[in-house]
Amino acid sequence: MTPGQYGRCLNGVVKREALRWLRQRGRFVSALVRPLVWLAIFAAGFHFVLGVSIIPPYETYVPYEVYIAPGLLAMIQLFNGMQSSLSMVYDREMGSMKTLMVSPLPRWFLLTSKLLAGVAVSVVQAYIFLAIAWFWEIDPPLLGYLSVFPALVLSGLMLGALGLVLSSFIKQLENFAGVMNFVIFPMFFASSGLYPLWRVKESSLTLWWICQINPFTSATELIRFALYEKFDAASAAILLGYLAIFMALAIIGYDPGRGLIARRAAAE
Amino acid sequence: MPRDTDVAAPALDVAGLSHAFGARNVLRDVGFSVRPGDFCVLLGLNGAGKTTLFALATRLFHARAGVIRVFGHDIARDSSAALARMGVVFQQPTLDLDLTVAQNMDYHAALHGMRPRLGRERAAVELERAGMLGRAGDRARLLSGGQRRRVELARALLHSPGLLLLDEPTAGLDIESRRGLLAHVRMLCTERGLGVLWATHLIDEADENARVIVLHKGVVLADGAVAEVVEASGERDLRGAFDRLVRDVEAPA
Repeated sequence: MTPGQYGRCLNGVVKREALRWLRQRGRFVSALVRPLVWLAIFAAGFHFVLGVSIIPPYETYVPYEVYIAPGLLAMIQLFNGMQSSLSMVYDREMGSMKTLMVSPLPRWFLLTSKLLAGVAVSVVQAYIFLAIAWFWEIDPPLLGYLSVFPALVLSGLMLGALGLVLSSFIKQLENFAGVMNFVIFPMFFASSGLYPLWRVKESSLTLWWICQINPFTSATELIRFALYEKFDAASAAILLGYLAIFMALAIIGYDPGRGLIARRAAAE
Repeated sequence: MPRDTDVAAPALDVAGLSHAFGARNVLRDVGFSVRPGDFCVLLGLNGAGKTTLFALATRLFHARAGVIRVFGHDIARDSSAALARMGVVFQQPTLDLDLTVAQNMDYHAALHGMRPRLGRERAAVELERAGMLGRAGDRARLLSGGQRRRVELARALLHSPGLLLLDEPTAGLDIESRRGLLAHVRMLCTERGLGVLWATHLIDEADENARVIVLHKGVVLADGAVAEVVEASGERDLRGAFDRLVRDVEAPA
């Protein structure tokens, strides 16, 4: 296999993901409406209840809408990661996962391509959200739109890899409600997405620790700082660590010799 | 691709293949080979182990024991070379229904690392042969079951493989589509010297000119030209021979 073949394969996988995303209007619209509902209704309601004191990276008091925007960006990516993970499960049942797996390119490369394709879609979605959020006076510095890009890529990779891991372990086509209840909501609520963690620390130290090690918190914070042209090294390091772990688990999960797919086949 | 070493090797060579899910043996010491130009029917009831055999041959997972070689390339060790020479039509439909026929073909070409231009040329040739070129711009969702199968077959042939694996390809098709698909694959066999393994539980898909491998509960009960298998059983036709083979195994010794 030549580098050209690798490149063409990656290109093909990304193109397919993009085409599917454009074709499935419902997925496209709901991905944008969901965070906007949080912003327009939830944040508006809590605007006067929750005061956010001055904490980095902010230099002034910020409205609650501004505070939760980075968490909503991470949520878009979390949803996207889970959705593409579910589409993997769905794909496999429909058989198109098999189409991917019988490609002569190495399996780790196929999984990485699939991951990158999902990230490309999630970054585009995040920017569309940022464009609309501008009307809610979420207006970070102009350069922030640029510096948030690598943060979105890294958090998208980590959340997408988490999706891959789940897809290799989920037994059957499960409904999205299950994933919402057991993955998305716990990750979102036990993070710094909706409230600053110092507030959590006041109420429960255990919960504060859970929030600290939650990869979603790191994703949110990296995006938050990047949006204001600052680099949160600790969050970036945690994200990289989780990415390495999740990717390794996904490759093990899809390894023909380890038999996770074989075990699933046995259960069918 | 260097092919000189491949010429003498069978298109598909399965030797000593065994697999188990937990304590349940699904395949036991299965061995056979398919030569280029062979049309070989893998006949077995549901649960005979056909789909597991396909999963192993396409490297979805590894076998507990035994070897599968495609033109001499071990699927477990030299999987890239083996998969590059193999075209597969799976039992479940695998077209992306939201995409057009042409986009499905492009995707497959990319997965094999083909240049887009070559991919499109090859797609046009194969779709034409399958009588589907006129539908290239349509979404796969708009096609009938038989048409989708023909597109899947064209797609499996896109990278010019020497071995074609089909797992119950006629499932869900009407009689007319079934006959058409079978005739098309048989023609590919003779014209291009393609080695074909066609798994089915429908006995009438193995005509008198075919080769048949009878798989039952993970064991190969018979392997040979249909006429030979029938003769050896002392029955009048393949259905009789199949029933007898299965009955002899089931009967308590």
